[in-house]
Order: sequence, then C-alpha cells, then structure tokens
Amino acid sequence: MDFVKPTIEYLELLPLLIVFGAAALGVVTEAFVPRERRHVVQVGLAAAGVTAALVATVVVGTGLDEAGDGAGRGLVGAEGSVVVDGPTVYLWGLVLVFSLAGIALFAERKLEAGVPAFAGQAAALPGSEGEREASTRGLAHTEVYPLVMFAIAGMMLFPASGDLLTMFVALEVLSLPLYLLCGLARRRRLLSQEAALKYFLLGAFSSGFFLYGVALIYGYAGSMSLGAIHDAVVAGDGDRTLLLIGIAMLSVGLLFKVGAVPFQAWTPDVYQGAPTAVTAFMSAATKIAAFGAILRLYYVAFGSERWDWQPMLWVIAILTMLVGAVLACVQSDVKRMLAYSSIAHTGFLLTGVLGVQASGELAEGQVTSLQAVLFYLTTYGFATVGAFALVTVVRDANGEATTFSKWVGLGRRSPVVAGVFALFLLSMAGIPLTAGFVGKWSVFTVAMSAGAWPVVLVAIASSIIAVYFYVRYIRLMFFTEPAADAEVASVTIPSPLTSVTIAVCAAATVALGLVPGPVLDLAAQVGDFVR
Amino acid sequence: MLTILILVPLLAALLIPFLPAAISRSVALGASAGTLGLAIAVLTQYDVGGGMQLEEKTTWIEAFGVHYALGVDGLGLLMVLLTAVITPVVILAGWHEGDEAPRSYYAWILALEALSLAVFCATDVFLFYVVFEATLIPAYFLVGGFGKDGRAAAAMKFLMFQLAGGLVLLASVIGLYVVSAQQGEPSYLLSDLEQLDISTEAGRWLFAGFFIAFAIKAPLFPVHTWLADTTEKATPGVSVMLVCVLDKIGTFGMLRFCLGIFPEASQWATPLVIALALVSIVYGALVAIAQDDVLRLIGLTSLSHFGFITLGIFVFSTQGASGSILYMVNHGIGTAALFLVAGYLVSRRGTTLISEMGGLEKATPVLAGLTLVAGLATLGLPGLSPFISEFLVLLAAFDYAWWVGAIAVTGIVLAAIYVLWMYQRIFTGPGHEPVGSGAGHGHDHDDVPADGDLLTKKAASATEVVPDADRREILAVAPLMVALVVFGFFPQPLLDISNPYAEDLLQQKVGVQDDPPEVTPAGAPVNEEGN
Repeated sequence: MDFVKPTIEYLELLPLLIVFGAAALGVVTEAFVPRERRHVVQVGLAAAGVTAALVATVVVGTGLDEAGDGAGRGLVGAEGSVVVDGPTVYLWGLVLVFSLAGIALFAERKLEAGVPAFAGQAAALPGSEGEREASTRGLAHTEVYPLVMFAIAGMMLFPASGDLLTMFVALEVLSLPLYLLCGLARRRRLLSQEAALKYFLLGAFSSGFFLYGVALIYGYAGSMSLGAIHDAVVAGDGDRTLLLIGIAMLSVGLLFKVGAVPFQAWTPDVYQGAPTAVTAFMSAATKIAAFGAILRLYYVAFGSERWDWQPMLWVIAILTMLVGAVLACVQSDVKRMLAYSSIAHTGFLLTGVLGVQASGELAEGQVTSLQAVLFYLTTYGFATVGAFALVTVVRDANGEATTFSKWVGLGRRSPVVAGVFALFLLSMAGIPLTAGFVGKWSVFTVAMSAGAWPVVLVAIASSIIAVYFYVRYIRLMFFTEPAADAEVASVTIPSPLTSVTIAVCAAATVALGLVPGPVLDLAAQVGDFVR
Repeated sequence: MLTILILVPLLAALLIPFLPAAISRSVALGASAGTLGLAIAVLTQYDVGGGMQLEEKTTWIEAFGVHYALGVDGLGLLMVLLTAVITPVVILAGWHEGDEAPRSYYAWILALEALSLAVFCATDVFLFYVVFEATLIPAYFLVGGFGKDGRAAAAMKFLMFQLAGGLVLLASVIGLYVVSAQQGEPSYLLSDLEQLDISTEAGRWLFAGFFIAFAIKAPLFPVHTWLADTTEKATPGVSVMLVCVLDKIGTFGMLRFCLGIFPEASQWATPLVIALALVSIVYGALVAIAQDDVLRLIGLTSLSHFGFITLGIFVFSTQGASGSILYMVNHGIGTAALFLVAGYLVSRRGTTLISEMGGLEKATPVLAGLTLVAGLATLGLPGLSPFISEFLVLLAAFDYAWWVGAIAVTGIVLAAIYVLWMYQRIFTGPGHEPVGSGAGHGHDHDDVPADGDLLTKKAASATEVVPDADRREILAVAPLMVALVVFGFFPQPLLDISNPYAEDLLQQKVGVQDDPPEVTPAGAPVNEEGN
C-alpha cells in the first residue's frame, strides 16, 4: 500500500497556522510562566499572534492566483479541506480585526481597579470562601487568552472549510472556548454561568443537527467535499429527499450560530450573562464566521439548488427581522436590547444572502449579494463592538450598569460617551451618513434585484420598528431627566485599550458612512468562491 | 460653488461646539449671513431659463453608481435662496431662545441649514436620499432639546413619521436602481433617471413610494398629525426651520422626482392626490380655527397651505406649477414671519394659549402691526405676495375642474376666519395679567410648567408692563415683511426664475401645452380666464 504524503500549502495557510500556533504557545505559557508575569505575556502573545496573522492575511490576499474558471481567485488547499480564496481572505481579515479589538477589551484592567472582568477563580462557587479568597488575592484567569485564540482559529477555519467535516470541526473549535468564556464573568457570576450552560446545551444540540445533516448529504452525494456536492446537485441524480433534509439540518446548525429565528432563544441570555468584552467579541466575530460558512455552503455546495432553499430563507429572514425588532422594543436592559438588535441584523444579513443571483442576471458593475453581505458584516461588526465596549465603561457601584434606568440623562453628564453611543445606535438603525445605512442599502438592493421585494418590504417595516427602540434610547440618554433620588450610572475612564477600541469603531462607522467606496470595492474584488 | 455654499454652514456647525459659548451666536449669525451672501452670488451667476446649472459631479460610491452631483435649476435656486434668507432671520430672532445650551442650538440650526441646502442642490437620487434623511438628525435634536415640556415625545413622533416616510422612499429609490440596472447601466443621476424607460406598473409602485414620503414631509392629510404636536412643543425658531424650510422638501420632491421621473404615474394618481390636497386645505383651516395654542394654530394653517401647493402641482398646468413654486417661497416667508412674531408674543406673555392673551394692541402696537401684516399675508390679501401665488393656483384649479377650484376657494374664506379671529382674541378686548412662573401653578394646563421651560422663565422676568418689540426683534422680521410687500407688487422676478422650470417640466417631460403665467407690476395676474 502506497502512502501519499499530503500536500499542505503552508504559505496560504499561514494566517491559520499562526493563530493556532499562538494558541498552543499560550497553553504552554500558562504552565511555565510565573503567575505575576502571565498577564503581560499572554496579552502580548495573543496580540502579536493576531497582528502577525493579519499581516499574513494581507500578504496572502495580494498574492492569490486566478482559479480555474477565472471568476474567483485562490486555491483549494490541504487536500481539499481548506479553501483560501477571496471571500476567505476578506473574512479572515474581518475576524482578525475584531479579534484584536476583542483582545484589547479582554486586557482592560482599569475599569475593575486592577483586575480584569473575568472571574478570579472560575472553579470557586459563587459566594463561597474560595471566591472571596481569589478576589482578595487578586487572582485572574489568564487562560482566557489561549481560549480566545482557539476560538479565533476556529472562526477562521469555519468559512474557509472545503468540506463538511472540516466545517464541523471548525464549528466545534470556535464554539467550545466561547462556551467557557461566557461563564467567566467576575460579577453576576450565576447569570454568567447560566448563560454558559444554556449556550453549551443548545449549541451542542445544534451541532448534533449539523452532524446529522453532514451524514445525510454524504448519503446523497457520496462525498464530503463542497465541490463534489455541487457536482452531484448539478447532476441531479440521487435521492432528493436526502438532499433536502440534509440542507435543512445543516441550516439548523448554521442558523443557530447566527441567532436566526427560531433558533434565537439563547442570544439575549448569553449576550447578557457573558462578560461584556466576550459579548462584544463573539457578537461580531462569530456572526462573521458563521455568515461566511453560510455563504460558502449555500453558494458553493447548493448554489444550483437555490430555488429550494431560497423560500426557506425568505421565511426565516422575515421572522428573524420581525422578532428581533419587536422584542427589542420591550427590553429594559441595554445588553439584551443590543442582543435582540443583533437578531434583527441577522435577519437583514439573511436578506442579503437570499439576494443571490447568477452572474448572467446582473448588469456590469451591479452590487452582488456576496459583496453586500461582506460589507454589511463589516459595518455591523464595528457598530456592535463599539456599542458593547461602551457598555463596559458606563458603571455604578455594582459594576456595569446595564439597566435602562441607570442610563437616564447620561447625555447631560457625559455628552461624549452618550454621543458616541448614539452614533453606534444610529448606525445600527441605518441612518444616512453612518456605515449602517450603506450596509442596509446594499443588502436591500441585492434582495430587491433578486425579486425578493416582499422580504425587502418586511425589512423596511422592521427597520421602522428598530428605529423606534434605538431612538427611544437616545431620547433616554439626552432628553430625559433622572428622578431626584434615582441611582444613575456614570462613566469610568478606561485605559487606552478600551478607549482606542471605541474610537476606532466610531471612526470606522463614520468613515464607512461617508466613503464606503474603498471597502465596497474590496468586497467586490474578492470575486467568487472557489470550489 | 454649491459645495462651498453647503460647506460654510456645515463647517461652522462643526466648529461651534468648540468655541466659547459667548461668541457662538455671533459666529452662527456670521456663518449664516455668509451663506446668504454665497446664495446671492449663486443667483448672480444663474442664467435664467438655462436649465440645470453650476453643476458639479464626482463619483462617490462607484459600486452603486452613485455620484456626488449638485446643480440648481429654477426650483432649486428659489429654495436655496429661501433657506439662506430664513436661517439668519431665525438665528437673529431667537437670540435668547438657546440660553440653556446655546452652542448646540446654533450648531444644530446651521447643520440643518447645510443639509437642507444639500437637499435642494442634489441631482443624484442617492445623494438626495442621504441628505434628506440626514436632515432628521439635527431636526430631532432641535425639537427634542429645546422647547417646552413634552418636547421629547413630540420629537419622537416627528422622527417616527419622517423615518417611516424615509424608509418607504428607500424602497422606491432601491427599486429605481434595480430598474436602471436592468437596463444596463445602474445609475442614480437624475439626468439618467429621467431618460429611463420604466414600465407602467413599476412606475406606479415607485411613484407611490416617493409620493408617500413627500406627503408625510409636506405634510398632507392624513399623515399630518406630527405637524401640530411638533410646532406646539418646539420653539418658534425651530418651527420656522421645520415648516418653512424642511417641509418644502416635500413639495420640492413632488415636483422634481414625482413629476420629473414618473410623469405618467403622476397623472394616473392625480384624482387621489387632488382629493387629499382639497381635504388638507379645508381640514387644515377648520382645525386651525379651533386651536387655542397659537403655535399649534400656525402649524395647522401650514397644512392648508401645503394642500394648495400640492393642488397646484397636480393640476398639471404650467400656471399651476409655477404658482406652486411661488407659493412655496411665499409660504416660507409669510409663515416664518407669523411664527416669529407669535414667538415674540409668547415670550412676553409666558403662555402660548390665545385665551390667556388679549388686549395687547395698546401695549404693543408695533407687534400688533407686525402680526397683522404677517396674518394678512397668510390669508392672501392682495398687495402681499402670497396673494399672487394663491391666485395662480386657484386659476389653475378652476381650469382643471370648476368644483376643485370652488372647494379650494373655501380655504381662503376659512383662512380669513382663523387669522382675523386669532388677531382679535390676542390683541383686542380686555388685557390679561402676564402668566409668570408663580401664576403657572394656578393653571391646570400642563404645558405651562413652573420650571425647565425657556419661555416661562423669560415671562417670569417680565414686568407688569408688556414691552413692545425691541430693535433686534424688528430687525429680524423686517426682511420678511419687506419681501412680503415687495413681491406682492413685483412678483415677476420670482416668476422669471420659476416659469422656465415649470415650462420645461410640464411641457417637455409631462407633455402639457399651455402658457406660463405672467403678472403686471400692479400684482394682478394677467390671464384670459382670470380677468
């Protein structure tokens, strides 16, 4: 029996390898570096790893060769299991940028007076003697950095998967560290642990669906590889029942990760319970990775089967937008409100996904569905990370003040912070001159040109509902006077890590609203998916 | 040239928050005066009858086919001049209004001016949409931040109505993009879109979206309900900016976009639009008669006026269109004068309720005179400028159908009632004690609060003797009064600007054959049917 050595395209896979390597080094650091020095070393390692991966991504992105049919650039590497093409590189860049922001927020120690926002000793029961001791000794888990690096690596692998099995492995690699991170809040630990458990149970359940879908699709196509599945779908023989149920099962797994209705139930609880830095990171980066995977799966594997999955996405997109927008109106906690708003954004993104058209149906230079979704992910990421980062600095004696009543009149007390928060809310609401507007514009446009006008009309109706709760919050901050005896939150000045993150997000939100051209062009240049 | 015109107030608006509060008013006044100077320079460079002029065009977002394209034609020029004249007047008249947070007040006013100018100059539909929606941000903060109690709710209502209209417009603008993409070259340039060959059905749907948005903006019955609340709660100066400048975008858009891009669909919708216009004329006037709040009353008279303007636009004659354009200018001047004079009254009496004024004529003869002139202009007295435009619109209405003209005429009769009765109740009869902060408690009107209300605070300092208008107040409204009289006798310069535009629009684009209106210097329109 011959043993063929697998070909690994080390250069193209470099960003992925760097992040995995940094994660593994982080584990070793945890074992060998003295406790007092670990924080600095771990933060440095994580930041350096992500930065190096970002540089490598840019290098890889500029050096991609044209693939076979000329519509896309890139290659199918690692024996067919990883695809490095234009969309992959764009998504890698996006994930890494928000990871850098996430690590900066993780490393913030000034807000909690010298300790990070993570539990001192996660194993100590809440309220126990052990917890108190960990707290007085100023212990801190530095394992969060290797954990987040593994999550980042999983997020990079997820949209780059060339076959379903790799996709599943990536899904687990990104999810498991996140489940853990969600349970590590320093304050309100029971809420945090409940969130982690909820996320884990539902996430494991949805992974089961995904795996079952993989098996069914294998039964249909006889292969795990997305390209081979595409060929089988085009050929059209085989048992279509297997195919359709398989698509549905895979969709359950993926739609769970992006928080689409009816798989959204975990989102508000997890977003609220998780440490806010983790929420900021995962709300942006997970969504980017999962939408990358959704796009690749639907466009590459099932692209010629669009007429079967598009109606399903119509219904899910409509439900997601409406449920997200309506339920956000009745929230009284800012993190939950942002969670429901992120559900509504999932719906808007799905509106862009279902706007896919064959290249022959598009005019020269018309916006494509892929371009629109990639751009929307960019704008959404900046607004979300910025908004959650701002939530971490608005505090009272019990830590972050997330209930609405504490934010009353913040515009009078801290006009800059309230103004920047208002900017992020306006961007999420899609008001012109902010990035969110251009994002909404592009996804609505592609859906409209694909003939999905009913979805666009619902999207517009949900936008109106969404504007209501965003603007109500602005009104709360600026035009409502706090009652004389009301306890209100105030702004704690964070270290430069958090302030720079917020400033960059705000600048990007304004810049992408005024000059979206370069990023839109970049998203257009990524070309098609390579299979 | 037009870019500079927009940039001057915009830069001043950005600069003012960083200046000392003491000089912010002077800077604001200077910037708005500079803008007026630039607008006059635009006028001198404008070649009457030359179509779209002073054009600027650069690519903005290539991916969408969006240009930063500006230009003025007859309609745009008149609106630009109106905006440039009214803004310094508002700043001068409201010298004390912004006492609490003067810098943000002036910054928002200038931002609103800049964005309104951009709206009137935009010749790219995307750019138009962006600035159209962006005007809502300063408007929201002006209504919500200044004025009397209940303003936050009024601002919310205002914003929700406007954004709902804006999002409906969004659907239509995206639809236009899709239609233009289907025909090869996706573009948003007005000049391209006017050439577009839109199918009848698509045209009607898109027209509906545009019209609904503009009907909310203008406003027309039945989507006018935000108007009364907003004008009641906002300060008079802000109301002037909203009603006299911002709302003109509604009728401006009907002319430029509804008639310009969808001539066929506009004619198809004429019966419904005319019915709405007539209801607005009569209903607005009837409701205005019944008001006790002077600011609310003036707001509702505008509903009646916008009914007239819409009527003139949709009877499809050059005379009607030109009359409507003239009406837009005259309504801007006349209503601004009325609002500002009413604001002077309110600041003296400490109440906006007509029933608590009375007998002011002897104490304040100058104010009474100013009110009378502005009021008579509003009811269309010959010799004052609104008469000409009202007459032209009515003639065109009679040409369209006698009963349409007949119903519209009742609006004039009702206008006489609401103006004269208001004058009688405020200025004649026995006087009232001024309602101060102390007396405010005794009243069960909750819109006269004891504190936190700018208007009441000033009334508290007012002595028993009600002072007449001071020099600054007279100086502020003087230009408006002069304009009312001058254009009442010599409207031809305005018609010279509006006629070529109306002719081009209706005869070239819509395909109606008739003559533009002419008037003798004495002010009586020369028209074979009219005399």
